[in-house]
Amino acid sequence: MKEKVLDVSNLDQDALKSLDKHIDSLKGSNEKETLIPVLYKAQELFGYLPHNLQRHIAMKMDLPSAHVNGVVTFYSFFSEHPTGTYTVSVCMGTACYVKGAKDVLERVKKLTGASEESMSDDGLFSIKDVRCIGACGLAPVMTINDEVYGKLKPDDVDDIIARYKEDNQ
Amino acid sequence: MNLIDKMVSVSINGISVNVQKDTTVLEAAKKVGVEIPTLCHMDMHEFGVVNQNANCRVCVVEDKKSGRLVPSCAQKVYDGMEVDTDSIKAVMGRRSSLELLLSNHPQDCLTCVKNLDCELQKLADDMNIRKIHYEGEKMDHPIDISSGAIIKDPNKCIMCRRCITMCDEVQTVGVLSPLERGFDVVTSTAFYLDLNQTSCTYCGQCVSVCPTGALAEVDATPKVWRTLNNPNRHTVVQIAPAVRVALGEEFGMEPGEISTGKIIRALRRLGFDTVFDTNFGADLTIVEEAHELIDRIEKGGRLPMLTSCCPAWVQFIEHQFPDLLDVPSSCKSPQSMVGTLTKTYYANKTGIDPTKIRNIAVMPCIAKKAEAAREELRDNGMKNVDHVITTRELARMIKEASIDFTRLEEDTFDNLLGESTGASSIFGATGGVIEAATRTAYEMITGKELVNVDFKEMRGMKGIRKASIDLGERTLNIGIAHELGNARKLLESIQKGESDFDAIEIMACPGGCVGGGGQPYHHGDFSIVEKRRQALYNLDTSMKRRKSHENRMVQKLYKDFLDSPGSDKAHHLLHTSYSSKERI
Amino acid sequence: MKIDSRKALKFYKDKINANNQYTLTLYVCAGTSCVSSKSVEIADRLKAEIDKKGLSVEMNVVKTGCFGFCGQGPIIEIEPDKVTYVQVTVDDVEDIVKTHLMNREIVERLTYDMTDEGDYEMAFYKKQKRIALRHCGAIDPESLEDAIAHGGYEALAYALYDLTPDEVIGIIKDSGLRGRGGGGFPTGLKWQFTKAVEDEEKYVICNADEGDPGAFMDRSICEGDPHAIIEAMAINGYATGAKNGLIYIRAEYTLATKRLLKALKDARDAGFLGNNVFGTDFSFDIELKAGAGAFVCGEETALIHSMEGLRGEPTVKPPFPSESGFRGKPSNVNNVETYANIPIILVKGAEWFNKIGTEKSKGTKVFALAGNVRNIGLVEVPMGTTFREIIYDIGGGIPDDIPFKGVQIGGPSGGVITEEYLDTPIDYDSLKEVGAMMGSGGMIIMDEKTDMVEIAKFYLDFTQDESCGKCTPCRIGTKRLHEMLEKLTNMEGSPEDLELLEELALNVQNTSLCGLGQSAPNPVLSTLRFFRNEYEAYANREKPHGYRVIEEECIGCTKCKRVCPVDAISGEVKKPHSIDQSICIECGACIEACPKGAIVYE
Repeated sequence: MKEKVLDVSNLDQDALKSLDKHIDSLKGSNEKETLIPVLYKAQELFGYLPHNLQRHIAMKMDLPSAHVNGVVTFYSFFSEHPTGTYTVSVCMGTACYVKGAKDVLERVKKLTGASEESMSDDGLFSIKDVRCIGACGLAPVMTINDEVYGKLKPDDVDDIIARYKEDNQ
Repeated sequence: MNLIDKMVSVSINGISVNVQKDTTVLEAAKKVGVEIPTLCHMDMHEFGVVNQNANCRVCVVEDKKSGRLVPSCAQKVYDGMEVDTDSIKAVMGRRSSLELLLSNHPQDCLTCVKNLDCELQKLADDMNIRKIHYEGEKMDHPIDISSGAIIKDPNKCIMCRRCITMCDEVQTVGVLSPLERGFDVVTSTAFYLDLNQTSCTYCGQCVSVCPTGALAEVDATPKVWRTLNNPNRHTVVQIAPAVRVALGEEFGMEPGEISTGKIIRALRRLGFDTVFDTNFGADLTIVEEAHELIDRIEKGGRLPMLTSCCPAWVQFIEHQFPDLLDVPSSCKSPQSMVGTLTKTYYANKTGIDPTKIRNIAVMPCIAKKAEAAREELRDNGMKNVDHVITTRELARMIKEASIDFTRLEEDTFDNLLGESTGASSIFGATGGVIEAATRTAYEMITGKELVNVDFKEMRGMKGIRKASIDLGERTLNIGIAHELGNARKLLESIQKGESDFDAIEIMACPGGCVGGGGQPYHHGDFSIVEKRRQALYNLDTSMKRRKSHENRMVQKLYKDFLDSPGSDKAHHLLHTSYSSKERI
Repeated sequence: MKIDSRKALKFYKDKINANNQYTLTLYVCAGTSCVSSKSVEIADRLKAEIDKKGLSVEMNVVKTGCFGFCGQGPIIEIEPDKVTYVQVTVDDVEDIVKTHLMNREIVERLTYDMTDEGDYEMAFYKKQKRIALRHCGAIDPESLEDAIAHGGYEALAYALYDLTPDEVIGIIKDSGLRGRGGGGFPTGLKWQFTKAVEDEEKYVICNADEGDPGAFMDRSICEGDPHAIIEAMAINGYATGAKNGLIYIRAEYTLATKRLLKALKDARDAGFLGNNVFGTDFSFDIELKAGAGAFVCGEETALIHSMEGLRGEPTVKPPFPSESGFRGKPSNVNNVETYANIPIILVKGAEWFNKIGTEKSKGTKVFALAGNVRNIGLVEVPMGTTFREIIYDIGGGIPDDIPFKGVQIGGPSGGVITEEYLDTPIDYDSLKEVGAMMGSGGMIIMDEKTDMVEIAKFYLDFTQDESCGKCTPCRIGTKRLHEMLEKLTNMEGSPEDLELLEELALNVQNTSLCGLGQSAPNPVLSTLRFFRNEYEAYANREKPHGYRVIEEECIGCTKCKRVCPVDAISGEVKKPHSIDQSICIECGACIEACPKGAIVYE
């Protein structure tokens, strides 16, 4: 297990180089403050923040790994697990909730086989329940990557998910 | 601003008191004799450690002016403040917080290692909690005993974060952090790694401040009992300097009361065949170390030389400064020296088969358990030391055997590895090792007799201390640090080439081994550690011989067995090596 | 170009206005909600069509911030015709160009449906007073020129040239402005505290970490009027003696972030930020810091720790950020909506602002109206407006005319207001009196069918999930509260549980470390106060509401029985039927099938 944490050879080396460059570019008087922006960048480059990558960042920024891991697990924006090709975010803000977002979420889970914890077996979908994306006028809302779907009924989800599945056949 | 401006007048439960402006409600209440229960709070500002997160909410009191509950540990008083510590609102609030903690805590107090020594348990009794009204999900994390030194049971954690304060701020090891958030928060290593996969030094300062059983030493007493019960084993026990000034506390004696004779008697009653003194190993360490220092000075070797007795400190440098592994002395620790000699020198002298000898060490220290397990500390395939128990574990064994410790007759060590000097006694206090080494090095280098052996500038509780010793032709520049955070500062200056020290002593624990992670719990009262430290210096002055090289049994050892300090044989048996380790 | 004096600003403004001589301007909402329904594409298509038809000299398309009328988006407003088109699609573009722009006729089918009860749209705006939202929907937020054309940075110029820092603070104090982020602390006083602390290094911070899952006014302001925020922060910097500004913005707000970054760059290029602002010796700049998804970071100490790269955990106050905040330096934290009020207060004067609102709450407040209400969106009303006015006059009432049950105000920290309080004038103090709070201004309207215990559970689920986990009452207490509510709604509770629930809720409120924990039990306490009967029903393991057959009215026609999808209805022909509550899924099919109106929901 330790080997896995320390070893970054399984990661995309080009991405790693550009991450290192980014970290170096932020070096200065308050570099420890830049942890969150660095994690953003890392997640953008790698899609998620595996343990060995977190440890790599810790070493590079001269921070304890536990500290980095503590920050990563605190903020819901960061993911320690790989995400699918499509991230389905179902808004669970109040406006969407009172308009049946829970049913929409359940349907998405059923159709994709993914959950908040793990992506679908085919690697196509992962699910996030988000708190208010601010499109309350369209409640209930979900987004799939950058595409927004509003005023949803659970039955609408069937068609939408089917389309994404078809696109990837 | 004069002093008057800094004073404010407050009323605690109707009692008026004038206090300094930045006083907390808790401190102000103490002044007028009002006790407020606390849990996460820990105040050891004497050496710069205060845990004041106001997390547990067990110390809330009512601010009458706002009607709000405030945490007395962190809330500063203001002029005209009126505090009610026993209003119904405050009492209910405190009780509720405690009950919530208990609703998320295993109810296995009877078999818990902290039974009757647990701050949570005591509070539950003080607050008359007889039923826990709240029920629901509890934490469910695996228990980590991977290190063989520290047992970590997150399910008993109450998130006071004292351990994190010690690990992160005092020791700068940073192995622990809160992970996750909300109910899922857990005090953990990075990525939930087992402790032995991290840079943990096993210093045990987390254990010594943990209010519950979430952090404790891995209990080695069952193994020791089994060994004692095995007729094919010859058991040799050794006790460290700091044990003898602390063990008595477990039996109601005053901190700092010296109980060496009683401990020896107790060990014999427990069934140990031979009782040796780690102090003997300490004297031997000094002779070897002084020799190594002189050698480095004369041959232009790596300076400064750092002491290597403290196993937590050795772990620390291996993980954190792998580029500086040539600075620590190659001397084994006194524990290991006694261990290895038991299975060679002692076995030779007595004709006992060394494979049947088991060396058990009683230490103030948890890291010594990990030290004993080091691959480097084996000779002829045998571990130098087989089992390590802490001061607390020995106390538990004595209690288990129903030995009335306070009424025991005094006894003495077995002779061969039992004699010691005053120099070795102070090994248990910060600055003591280097003071002992200086006494010997001075005479070795100058060839003159050292008349005044008390180097007072090396003593005390300041985090980093310096001393310069005039050796005639040159001065010996000495540095001393206790707590690993201070050690880090010295190491960084060495790394940058800014250090002009010749020799540096480092001890991981605050105050040195007297404040070790295996000592009786001080529950945040640091004056206890101070009394133990003082006792070691008293022990030193009470001894006829106060320089390690004057130890007659050490002299005999060289004559009969090792030839001379730094000889090949000494090198083979008494020295070790270090390897770089990953930082995580 | 650099604008290094007041004169230059005036000159520049006049020049822009002289160039902006269009006969028709099409304002297309480009707030997040409308963008989600392709408003940007619509705007681009409109522009292309106008170009194609050679109309670009006289007609202009402006992508604006949020109009507030989100439920009807995408929205297009055509001025000076005063025509608003709602729910526009890309396919409608051709029609709009042909009919409206070329033939000068209104596309009736795209106007707001006024069929039954009158002109909701007009009503939607009539009772509003848009101060904080003054530029949202009126300017192009990505254009500094447009901001200047609408008076941008004039307040900053006024402050720098004509006022001392103390005078600025004096005006803010006199205006009576209070923090719009929740607590309602007097803004001027807060500024004064920071000014009073002597330190070379100070920070002014904009809290744009809007986390209430039903409020989006801060996002809309950042998206619709970013220069107002920048200008206000610079004024704050001048008044408090800070050279550095920080905007902490929620991770999910990508559009707002993009627009703020653009605005910051433009402001810097124009000399409104950086060294020697407006050619004076005042220097000030702003950095954007992104949050990473944690509601608790709306609490100012947590926000500061998050900006420092740490876990966003609150710490004990005092010390307040005014004394010791970001990097241990004096820091002045204000919320977005608060900032949006600053420039206009300086320009129009404290007295002007002071006259709006109630005795202790001045000015306006933006609310995010959502839930079971016809007009969903952002509304800004003077303090003192009643709930009834907002819900019925502005919001158009509840769809399908289902009776009103309650309104949750203040999000997870707030409480529920019932029918009897509908005529309460809304301000900070009146809300506190009725056990709610202004909070961020989320306003969720609930109709009779809403299960209040479920609502309390929804909020507790949110707070226990968003609790930072630092202090005991919030970490374990909110979890236990949520578990107790689960137990009730799972029909496993007992009447004693209610007592325990209330007691724990009060203790969590009293003992938690920060505002999140202290206010977390509010939804439970306020629903307990007004809807205790629903809790009691659950405690007795009965459903608190459902469909019921009025025996006297039922003729036993069996229609309801036949349509029920889960066979919850039993009864013989021509005899009164009954509904088994444990089976009923409340689909409402029976009530529609009943020819006699003998089925009711209660």
